[in-house]
Amino acid sequence: MKKLVKPALLSDPELMRARQRPLEHRHRKDRFFKRLCQGVSSISALVLVVLLVAILLQGIRTLNTQFLGGVADPDPTIAGLFPALMGSVWLLVITMVVALPLGVSAAIILEEFQPRRPVLRRVHDFIQLNITNLSGVPSVVFGILGLTVFVSMFGLFGNEQNPSYEVGATYVDQFYNEGDFIIEVPIADSQQEEVVPKEGLAAFTHDGEPILVHLLGDDEDWPEDLALAKRSLRSWDLPGRIKERDWWYFRLPFGRGILTGALTLMLVILPIIIISSQEALRAVPSSLRQASLGLGATPWQTVRYVTLPAAFPGILTGAIIAMSRAIGEAAPLLMIAGIVFITNAPGNLMDDFTAMPLQIYNWAGRPQKEFHDLAASGIIVLLSALLTFNAVAVILRQKLQKPLS
Amino acid sequence: MKISLQNFVAALGAAALLLGLAPDASAQASALRGNIVVDGSSTVYPITEAAAAAFRKEFPKVNVTVAVSGTGGGFKRFVVGETDISDASRPIKPKEFKQAKQNGVEFIELPVALDGLSVVLNPNNTWVKQLTIDNLKAIYLEGGKARKWSDLNPEWPDATIKVYSPGTDSGTFDYFKEVVAGKTGSFRPDMSTSEDDNVLVTGVSGDKYAIGYFGASYYFENKDKIRAAAIVNPKTGKAEMPTPENVISGAYAPLSRPLFIYVNTKSLRRPAMRKFVEFYLANAAKFATKVQYVSTSDKIAALAKDFLKKRRTGTVFVTAENHEGGPVYHKREAPLDAAYHPQNLLGTK
Repeated sequence: MKKLVKPALLSDPELMRARQRPLEHRHRKDRFFKRLCQGVSSISALVLVVLLVAILLQGIRTLNTQFLGGVADPDPTIAGLFPALMGSVWLLVITMVVALPLGVSAAIILEEFQPRRPVLRRVHDFIQLNITNLSGVPSVVFGILGLTVFVSMFGLFGNEQNPSYEVGATYVDQFYNEGDFIIEVPIADSQQEEVVPKEGLAAFTHDGEPILVHLLGDDEDWPEDLALAKRSLRSWDLPGRIKERDWWYFRLPFGRGILTGALTLMLVILPIIIISSQEALRAVPSSLRQASLGLGATPWQTVRYVTLPAAFPGILTGAIIAMSRAIGEAAPLLMIAGIVFITNAPGNLMDDFTAMPLQIYNWAGRPQKEFHDLAASGIIVLLSALLTFNAVAVILRQKLQKPLS
Repeated sequence: MKISLQNFVAALGAAALLLGLAPDASAQASALRGNIVVDGSSTVYPITEAAAAAFRKEFPKVNVTVAVSGTGGGFKRFVVGETDISDASRPIKPKEFKQAKQNGVEFIELPVALDGLSVVLNPNNTWVKQLTIDNLKAIYLEGGKARKWSDLNPEWPDATIKVYSPGTDSGTFDYFKEVVAGKTGSFRPDMSTSEDDNVLVTGVSGDKYAIGYFGASYYFENKDKIRAAAIVNPKTGKAEMPTPENVISGAYAPLSRPLFIYVNTKSLRRPAMRKFVEFYLANAAKFATKVQYVSTSDKIAALAKDFLKKRRTGTVFVTAENHEGGPVYHKREAPLDAAYHPQNLLGTK
């Protein structure tokens, strides 16, 4: 039998007595509590303001187009953030493209298609519990996971230098002849034997002009004629093989490239996306679902046309919050990419990269003050990106939110 | 008008002639492309970083990435052919040499600078004027006697020595350990370690009772935050500072050491790689002094260029001894000046 719940006021003699105290006393207590709350919240706001002002003051002077467009350099006056900025953009785009569909579908399965059979129910609960736990796991742990799963893929596919599968790479054997000219011979695939210099071998100069190789005799003098020198090789000249990667270059294993970084970040933010999407779906009134089902719609149609659109603003907000988490993460990326001196923006999914948090960490760790200023400028850029994301989240929520019941 | 037109045509012709002949080198420079992967010592990093940054200005299409995983970490990748160049603050070890041989990796050993490994203290530490190797033993060794400054000298403060050290993947650690602990001793386990020398600088500059050590570049860069201790040369009995003069003259012993880059010979066939290494060696002295290291002697620099030009592969710091079960490798115990000679080379072929 259900126990009868008495109103708290009547059952508690303490409260009864308190009620009889003079009104003034209780109001004083009320005011005190209000002040306390105001104080505590203003402290946290103050800390934030101090932080922002300090960073702004330190970093605003070095924040200019030179900084945004420049690349890493030992000279702090010309060092810039560009490769890191582009690295972060790549990371973010890939992370979202992978994490959003996965996260939202997982949330839909867990929330809208809950199994009825006891065994499956238990599986469902187990998965749910794990996702909740994963959202609390420190991100560096995901970094280690990414290192074993994505970088080396358990060693199943060879290593980065000799991947067992790759597409989008063209190989060129480059000769450097005695006259300091580069002669290039395109190669069909990485397995092909090294090119041996031959008379009449079809090749290209460094700027793509087609030539036929002229093989000089071992004792022959180097030709005076530049046009001939451009295409001359000795029999003992050995080529070096370079790999040109197109923008769609892809390989297994992934190695320490930007895709690995993005997938690792995906692991970090996936639980956040799933949980926030679940919350959003749960917030859709069940009357909407029931009406849809009552009209004869299948559960899938209900999700597709009723629940998901209604939950969309909430899901979007969660996704953007997850994005701002991803853009600021340094620890897992540190495990994957490490601290590197890198001067080019990534050009494909497998390129080595650096990201804004890593570059800031690098600069902040250096002893010279000029680099600390650069780190502060980097933080301003990072914070502006973060605040922009959050602002977009707020605006989207307000624009898209419709009354649901 | 007619004349000016003629002039114009002539000028055009001359320009075309010039374009056809002279700018070939620069056109080639801007067309030179490729990737170069460098990893290894944080001590050598400043030199390589300076080289890579300067190289990029001349050859913008060549991507040089320089990572920092310590000499040991760098060699781990180098001996399997993952990297083109390995920065090293100590010579390759027999074990690493063997792995390179097993993987068919051939390399050229090139000294690029000298470094007076500096033992550093907090500027507020006014009591220490000089330290002996025995002092360092007492401080750094497991079971060493000095845990407080007063253990070394009763007049010094009765405060615990806060010990900083580069991590075990660092060549600086290896070198320092060999000098201080010899082959058998081991370091105390309760040191604060980091592969990143900047972290050590920050650590020592923030603690009055701290001691640490790293490459001289990091000391000279941070002279306002830390100070170096003079180290007593066991041979002369005189305390010496890690100044460039003392490093060159050999007075700053035994903590002076050469810094190397190891270059994969196969990678060297790539024009971009060849240009970079030639550029690196040609300007090594400039980059080294720019980042506060000491350039190698003219003799060594010339030898290094010769090694590169003639593709003399192998190391001078490992010797092989033939046994029934195959060769056994040992470390050659000799200073750079005595060892670095084509005769002493042991190749991996």
